[in-house]
Amino acid sequence: MQASRLSRQVPAGDGVLTILHGLELEIASGDSVAILGASGSGKSTLLGLLAGLDLPTSGEVHINGVNLFALDEDGRAALRGRLIGFVFQSFQLLPALTALENVMLPLELAGAASAREMALTVLHRVGLGERLHHYPKHLSGGEQQRVAIARAFATQPKLLLADEPTGNLDSATGARIIDLLFELNREQGTTLVLVTHDAELAARCGRRLRLVDGHLVESS
Amino acid sequence: MNLLRLSWRMLLREWRAGELHALTFALLIAVGGVTAVGFFTDRVNQALTTEASQLLAADLVLAADHEVSGVFLSEARRRGMTPVRILTFPSMVLSATGSQLAEIKAVAPGYPLRGELRIQSPQGERNAEGIPEPGTVWLDQRLLAQLQIAPGDSLELGAARFRVGAVLSFEPDRGGDMFSIAPRLMMNAQDLPATALIQPGSRVSYRTLLAGTPREIAAFRAWAAPRLSRGEKLEGVSDGRPEIRSALERGGKFLNLAALTSLILAAVAIVLSARRFLERHLDGCAVMRCTGASQSQVFRLYLYQFLCLGVLASLAGCLLGYGAQWVLARQLGGLIAASLPAPSWLPLAYGLLTGLATLLGFALPFLQRLKRVPPLWVLRRELGRPQRLNLAGFAAGVAALLAMLLWQAGEIRLGLYVLAGLAAVVVGALLLTHALIWLLAPLRRGVGVTWRYGLASLVRRRHASASQVVALGLGLTALLLLTLVRGDLLHSWQSTLPLHAPNRFVINIQPDQVQPLQSFLASRGMASAALFPMVRGRLLAINGRAVSAADYEEDRTRRLVEREFNLSWAEQLQGDNQIVAGRWWGKNHAATAQWSVEEGIARNLGIRLGDKLTYQVAGQSFSATVTSLRKVDWDSFHVNFFVIATPALLQGYPASYITAFYLPAGDEALLDGMVKAFPNLTVIDVAALMNQVRAMMERIVSTVEFVFLFTLAAGLMALYAAIAATREERMVEAAVMRTLGASGRQLLLSQLAEFILIGLLAGIVSALAATGLGYALATRVFHLPYQLNPWLWVAALAAGVLGVTLAGWLGTRGVLHQPPLQTLGQLG
Repeated sequence: MQASRLSRQVPAGDGVLTILHGLELEIASGDSVAILGASGSGKSTLLGLLAGLDLPTSGEVHINGVNLFALDEDGRAALRGRLIGFVFQSFQLLPALTALENVMLPLELAGAASAREMALTVLHRVGLGERLHHYPKHLSGGEQQRVAIARAFATQPKLLLADEPTGNLDSATGARIIDLLFELNREQGTTLVLVTHDAELAARCGRRLRLVDGHLVESS
Repeated sequence: MNLLRLSWRMLLREWRAGELHALTFALLIAVGGVTAVGFFTDRVNQALTTEASQLLAADLVLAADHEVSGVFLSEARRRGMTPVRILTFPSMVLSATGSQLAEIKAVAPGYPLRGELRIQSPQGERNAEGIPEPGTVWLDQRLLAQLQIAPGDSLELGAARFRVGAVLSFEPDRGGDMFSIAPRLMMNAQDLPATALIQPGSRVSYRTLLAGTPREIAAFRAWAAPRLSRGEKLEGVSDGRPEIRSALERGGKFLNLAALTSLILAAVAIVLSARRFLERHLDGCAVMRCTGASQSQVFRLYLYQFLCLGVLASLAGCLLGYGAQWVLARQLGGLIAASLPAPSWLPLAYGLLTGLATLLGFALPFLQRLKRVPPLWVLRRELGRPQRLNLAGFAAGVAALLAMLLWQAGEIRLGLYVLAGLAAVVVGALLLTHALIWLLAPLRRGVGVTWRYGLASLVRRRHASASQVVALGLGLTALLLLTLVRGDLLHSWQSTLPLHAPNRFVINIQPDQVQPLQSFLASRGMASAALFPMVRGRLLAINGRAVSAADYEEDRTRRLVEREFNLSWAEQLQGDNQIVAGRWWGKNHAATAQWSVEEGIARNLGIRLGDKLTYQVAGQSFSATVTSLRKVDWDSFHVNFFVIATPALLQGYPASYITAFYLPAGDEALLDGMVKAFPNLTVIDVAALMNQVRAMMERIVSTVEFVFLFTLAAGLMALYAAIAATREERMVEAAVMRTLGASGRQLLLSQLAEFILIGLLAGIVSALAATGLGYALATRVFHLPYQLNPWLWVAALAAGVLGVTLAGWLGTRGVLHQPPLQTLGQLG
């Protein structure tokens, strides 16, 4: 994945606020990368742009050689369906669907033939084999995030983006979630990009980048 | 004052944000519906009270079904008043092109004593000076068109010829088109003898008009009242056309109740919108509390906003209602009074009161919750979340609605009936919807992803879904009943009528015309038409006990007792009559004195087999015993009589004859020939009469439909409010699905799937309700066979799906065109 001259400005008051400033980034297949930074530094904005969930003011993002922003909204959605998994800080499970249905959803949207079997496998993998037919509101925070992770990995994405995946969890639960994330990452050989505040979590990644004044700085 | 200004500014902001649109429009529509009916009934009421003299064309009228004694006239003259006599009766009018039944009004100089006659001349409409000159008649536009003649042409009426002098465009006392379905011909009373139309058995109404000071009128009334004999009555200004007043009261009541259903749906929209308002303002409220605002300040801040909104929306609603009442006045006004005065301000006050009571009754509970939010809410969301409101929380609003319902119904019993009916329909629809959702739920395992998602959302939001289904379902049911079910019932009734049932009745046949008419008809292939004698008589006593209208409760029976009966005599029992008690006299006992009475009227009047009935005919009274009760098939359209006597009993009295036959379409020339040969005959065209009645029904029904449009619109607003309340939820879900790779089409379909399902459910609920009510009406009320109409289901389902899908699409279309992170960022 490659991002070049990536800029994002938002209107603020009378002027414009520049969040990303001609940013350059290249991530090799199979890498794990942590993006750190102060609150409001634009970490989540960057992650959203990398997933094609938002549009940059200028610049490009290439995934597997495809320029994300040359595609329309549907084209980006289809590409995400094939290549990208996303884990939100606030889980974002669909409340009307059961755990199983939530995990089946991306598979079905992509037209997978054996969505149910694939979803069952990955849910068992994250240890929720007993909670298949529970609705999100009947699951604990940790369980919800495990469903979200199962949903992200169900399509076997090449690239997994996680936005503060432990931000809404207590530290013990968070640690178990992180273990799960890295285990699945290893098993599937996925490229992992995660945004975090957590230095400990960042330490487990191969690369650590810090977002300062709209630029990325490699940190040790 | 500062707080008021701040409230106003905040209200403007809320308005721009679109928060309160659904609530405002629902209130506006409901107030519009309620005031439209209010303005209209107010105008009619004014016409009936302040312009009652015009409606009578006099200050006092002595009405009778016979020529009244000259004593009344001389007494009126003695008191310095000038009585004017008018006669009305039905008769055939002949022109060169054809014949037509008309309502003849013969007037004397001086008519009308109050109000003006207006005629149409080539120079335009103007007040008529006087009445038709002798030898001329004035016709209304309808009669001119039917006879295909114009002013200046001549026509025949009875034995006389007349020239058409003018087009009659307005009679002050015509009001109640409703009760005279034939067109009008006005003539000078001087010409009446020349027509030879007034004969024994003719149905003539005699009215003596009087005008004077209130004192003179009161004095004359006091003198005349004890001197009235049977069939005579005084109609004064204060009596204000009782038949119109009671029709208006019933009609107004019904329209008002119909309009109130839109208020109930507006209440639903208010609850949904106010709940969302509460959710969205918890934060702001808590922050205001943190920065030192008191509970009372916070409460007043929001209260003023809602008060402003309520007043503005209600005023706009009144404006809408004022515009809409013209439609009602155009549809129905002419049926009641020829011209309606401008409405008063009273309905405006009623509209404001209704709007504010409904808004505050259902929004205040939420505002009270809002003020109780603890400042700590800013830090700890899980603390202090307001509890959900239950029905008890809306006690004030529900009580306000109930009070309006009972007030409009005018009586506790009707109010409670309406209430119980509405509650039953709503609860039934809710239960049905929940049952249908429960049945649908398992289907989600077997369908594709978009339908699964639609189904899942429907089930998850099942309470909201059910209220949407009920809101739309009620509006649809009302419209289905008025359109398809009504058509079905009419069709079903028409199909029960025998083919070639008589469609022309001929009355006023004089005894010396019986033979010539029979030969006339026979020579034209109508030999089978039987002529029946008809004698007008008044029922005086049953078993020697005097009969009085006051003894009976039912209006119809009272009228029956007051007016003259059409009696007949016969030797043979008619084919479509059946003896249910006693025995028919037959040929051998035709010389005895006996009565045979139709069972229905016997029941109403309390007549039993063996009772002695005393009748008065042509001033003589006589009695005989009831020896049989008959069942009559009225739907056969044959000539039939309530009371039949043995020939010996009635033969000596003045009689006219009546006949009925089937005239195939295209043979109308035969009638023209008949009326030419026998000018005094009156031909009643049953089909034309029925068309006339149907046209009137159409006008009434389309008025009701118009009022129910407000109900439907308020229902759509409630639906929109429900969809708007879940809009953010839907946007987040759509953004998540986008993240997971859903295409625009998949997103659209998954949203539409839910709306289509809700629309289908609303369609099913309304089709079931309309079918059930149609069945009940057909079998219980009209005693007709009920046929299921598949189109009703097609229409209900299509309307339901289209309605919800459109409202849903309008409410959520923004969801599809925004990058997902922007949605999540805005909302998260």
